[in-house]
Order: sequence, then C-alpha cells, then structure tokens
Amino acid sequence: MKALSRREFLASTTVAAAVGLSAPALAQGAPRVVVVGGGFGGASAARALKQADPRIAVTLVETSRTFTACPFSNLVIGGLRELSAQQFGYDRVAAGGVEVVFATATGVDARARRVTLDSGAGLDFDRLVLSPGIDIRWNALPGYDEAAAEKMPHAWRAGPQTALLRRQLEAMEDGGVVVMAAPANPFRCPPGPYERASLIAHYLKTKKPKSKLILLDAKDQFSKQRLFQNAWKELYPDHLEWVSLSNGGKVTGVDASTMTLSTDFGSHKAAVANVIPPQKAGRIAEVAGVADQTGWCPIDPVTFESKLVPNIHVLGDATIAGGMPKSAFTANAQAKICAAATAKLVAGEQPEQPKLINTCYSVAAPDYGITVAGVYQPVNGVLTEVQGSGGVSPIDAPRSARAEEALYAAGWFNTITGEVFG
Amino acid sequence: MRATSFPAAVAVVLASIASEAAASPVAPAGASSCTGCHAASPGVDTPIPRIAGRSAAETVAQMQGFKTGQRKGTVMDRLAKGYSDAEIQAIAEWYAQQK
Ligand SMILES: Cc1cc2nc3c(=O)[nH]c(=O)nc-3n(C[C@H](O)[C@H](O)[C@H](O)COP(=O)(O)OP(=O)(O)OC[C@H]3O[C@@H](n4cnc5c(N)ncnc54)[C@H](O)[C@@H]3O)c2cc1C
Ligand code: HEC
Repeated sequence: MKALSRREFLASTTVAAAVGLSAPALAQGAPRVVVVGGGFGGASAARALKQADPRIAVTLVETSRTFTACPFSNLVIGGLRELSAQQFGYDRVAAGGVEVVFATATGVDARARRVTLDSGAGLDFDRLVLSPGIDIRWNALPGYDEAAAEKMPHAWRAGPQTALLRRQLEAMEDGGVVVMAAPANPFRCPPGPYERASLIAHYLKTKKPKSKLILLDAKDQFSKQRLFQNAWKELYPDHLEWVSLSNGGKVTGVDASTMTLSTDFGSHKAAVANVIPPQKAGRIAEVAGVADQTGWCPIDPVTFESKLVPNIHVLGDATIAGGMPKSAFTANAQAKICAAATAKLVAGEQPEQPKLINTCYSVAAPDYGITVAGVYQPVNGVLTEVQGSGGVSPIDAPRSARAEEALYAAGWFNTITGEVFG
Repeated sequence: MRATSFPAAVAVVLASIASEAAASPVAPAGASSCTGCHAASPGVDTPIPRIAGRSAAETVAQMQGFKTGQRKGTVMDRLAKGYSDAEIQAIAEWYAQQK
C-alpha cells in the first residue's frame, strides 16, 4: 500500500472516530509501534507488523549492528562451524520499511508512551514491543561476576564469549578437564547445555582424546534427557560425565582465580570452565515495569501484552509463556502472533485465538539430530500444549533418522534466519 | 463493510484497506508457526520440503496422513496431531496462495 496522503490520514482519523478505533493509535496519523531488541523475537515482530499493515510506522531499536545467533553456536564452540555463519545484519529488515535505530533503550515512560535511548533521543509509541532476551544475574552464583566471565565464559549470549570458549578449548592441553555448570530452571534454551556438552565431548574425542568433560547440573531432570543420555552412552562413554543435583551437581560458588567450581559435595578444578549462570529477562523489561519478582514477564497469551503494564507487549526469552520453552523458534512464533494481534489492536479490531509451535533441534554430533516439539494454545490464560501432540524424537529411532534430523536442523536454521533477517 | 454510508474520500481509504487485507501475506493463526520450517518465500537452502504454492488438497492429504499416523515423519507426525481438520484446511489454503 502506498503511503497515505495527508488528506487520507485525516479521512482515516475520521473513520477511526466513526468506527470507534482507539484514539491514541491514530491521533498522529499512522499508528506507531516501537520494537526494542532486534533478535529472534524483535526483528520477526517488526517485519511481521509491517507485513500485517504497511500503514503502521514500525521502529526497531537494537544495540548492535550485527546480530550473532545462539542456535548452532554450540557447533562453533565444538570447532565445527565458524562464528561468521552465525552473524546477520539489518539491511533487509530496513528495506522492508522498518525504521532501524542502532541504540540501546534505557528508559520507558509507559504513561507518556515514550522510550528513551542512550543517545538521549526519545521515541513515542502507541504500542511498545519488548524482546530483549536475557540478562545474566551477576553474583547470583557467588563469585560469578563480569570479570569472572572473562576467565570462565558463559557463552550464553553468542559473540565474543562464544569465540573465547572455543579458543580456550583449542589452547587446552590434551588430558585437561573441562567443567560445565548448568543452571536450575527456568533459563534460555533448556536443551542448550546438553547439546553443548555433547559437542564439547565430540571435540575432545576427536582432538583431545585424553581429556574429559564433567557437566555439573543443578537439576535431576532436563530436556530430551533420555535421548541425550543414550547418545552420550553411544558416542562419548569415555569423554562426558553428567553429575545430577542428587549426586552433588549443583554448583554453589566459583573462584575464577583458581578455576575452581564448588558444590556441596566438594570442588572441581578445571582447565576450561563454562559456567551457565542464572538468568532473568533483559534489563529494559525491569525498567519498563513488565518483569515481576521472578525476573521474568507475565503476558496475555493471545496478544503478548504485559499483564503488568498496558500497551507494552513482551516476547521471547523474557516472558513467562506457560509451557513454551525459551527458544528462538518460540520467540519467532510468538512474534508473528503478537504482530498480527497488535495490528488488529491498533485498528480497533479483535485479535484471533492463536496456535503456536515450538521445535528445538539439538545436535549431539554432526550427524546426530534430535528434537522436542510442541503445539500450544491458550487454555485459561496460559499457553498449554495441545493434548496428544508434540513430544520428543522416538527413543528407538535408527541412526539414519538421527542423521536426517541433523540435516533438518541445519535447514531449520537457514529457514528461520531467512525469515528474520534475510 | 459500512463504507457506503461514509463520504467518498473515506470510502476510498476503506476500499484500499480492504484490498490490502485480501492480498495480505499474514498467515492464519496456525500457519504462522509452520513458516519457521517451511519458508513462505523461495530461495532458502533446506532439505525440509517446500509446501508453498502446493495445492490445498495435497497439503491437506499429507497433513491427514501425518495426523492419523499413516505416514511417519521425523517431526510432522508429532506436530500434525495438534491441529483440527478445519485448521489444517485453512493453513493448506493459505500455503496454496504463497509463491
Ligand atoms: C548455546 C545456545 C544454543 C541455542 N540453540 C537454540 C536452538 O537450537 N534452537 C532454538 O530455537 N533456540 C536456541 N537457543 C535459544 C535462542 O537463542 C533464544 O531463545 C532466542 O535468541 C530468544 O530470542 P529473543 O528475541 O527473546 O532474544 P534475543 O534473540 O537474544 O534478542 C534480544 C536482542 O535485544 C537486544 N537488546 C536487549 N536489550 C536492548 C535494549 N535495551 N535496547 C536495544 N536492544 C536491546 C539485544 O542486543 C539482542 O539483539 C539457544 C541459545 C543458546 C544460548
Ligand atoms: C520443526 C520443523 C517443522 C515445522 C514447524 C513444520 N514442519 Fe512440516 N515438515 C517438516 C519436515 C522435517 C518434514 C518432512 C517429514 C518429516 O520428517 O516429518 C515436513 C513435511 C511436511 C509436509 C509433507 C511435505 C512433503 O512433500 O512430503 C507437509 C504438508 C507439512 N510438513 C506441512 C506443515 C504444516 C502445515 C506445518 C504447520 C502446522 C508444518 N509442516 C510445520 C518440518 C516442519
């Protein structure tokens, strides 16, 4: 649709009044939606909003000019892929009519409907969409602060941390002990620590066979557990040891100067340590008042509007989304639903009842893929899995099926990053 | 549509909104998640079968095969079971219109 002329703007404002559309949305002419965070949720939402209704003025605020994707970053750590294959820019997003602003949002005035940026500029909105991903809870694990992360990387936000962990593994002498710490729920990408453990074990087995990985876990149960454990037994019997919560796996503190991780049962000295720390919604969620005391954001499952602050929608990892895990697939699926609903809301229409999918592919080795899949819909205000659907890859599937799923995993990555950035 | 009772300029706007909606690339609620794996637009390097532009009848038949368990898949059998016949029909019709 062509840009509306001033006369048409005035006319559409008249229509708005006549059919009872929300006055603020059309007061300035085109409705304005600001999206903060240009990751899987935010960039998807900005694009989908523009597609849903080209009249909406969509502004995407993102700190970095280059987005580095976490999915498949465990392959980078395992030496099987380059970090550059994880990186995407915003040229195509901008070409679709989204105004992309490279800045960090530092303030939200929900009442004045204004976002402030670190540049000092302000952006007015009719509706705001936040998809800021996660922040680390520094020091929630005693000893683990930003300085410690330079010695014991988390690599839970992809980029320099990913490269650092890979370099440390490459520099380690054969025979070294790698120690990983996995957090309690909830956290970004539930199967992620186990995929990473698999691919580090793959690296050790193929490049440093006298070395070993110990995975210390604050849980007794985890995503795709039987599938992962079967893969480990088959592929890495000598290279990967998982220590559950009940067996003393919960890390209670770290000391980066001595490369030591402590548990209630003792301590582990590491040649390389990967600490996946406790997390919370990205900081701007707290600033905007949409995070609750858990650190995450309760949302309405039809519109993804915050349950705490009206006119602010939250997506992706930052949300409390019922049964949906914190994944890139989820963030992208939620973004499309939120965009369609937001386009309806600014036009004064009723959003549709949504149905969403999540599928997390994990690779336990380059030719060994497994999935967990689910279909979700709101039930009593909570995103709930549709009965009889979803679940994990069959436990007894032949290796040929694992190989097929590994190929599909790569296809999924190309498809989703194409939809978000391509 | 109540456009007839509005002045001409308004009717033009409403008509253009309506035609925009008809050509809208927005997927029905269930379909928007499918595009995470089955791209709506061409040119993606993936072994996941392309279903955009395929006849609705064919997509419906395949989805029903997965749903009833007649056809095995790595993941589609698990996903198809989450959709009603009406949803499958609407999604198939939307994909048939994509190129
Ligand atoms: C090792 C690992 C492996 C993973 N593998 C998979 C996988 O195989 N499949 C899968 O589906 N998911 C996977 N995930 C999870 C996936 O990365 C996240 O769930 C996904 O990125 C969430 O999307 P999001 O939009 O919520 O956040 P993000 O994608 O992190 O995007 C947030 C963006 O917001 C920006 N931002 C934050 N605050 C501000 C601000 N105030 N102003 C401006 N910009 C801001 C950030 O710079 C960032 O670009 C993995 C994660 C990890 C760590
Ligand atoms: C997680 C990725 C994923 C999602 C999401 C997904 N599919 Fe599929 N689809 C596949 C894969 C992989 C196949 C190949 C069969 C298999 O292994 O399950 C497939 C096959 C199909 C086929 C058969 C195509 C052929 O030529 O054989 C149809 C039709 C289909 N999907 C429709 C859908 C619809 C409709 C949705 C949304 C409700 C959907 N798919 C969501 C991955 C996905």
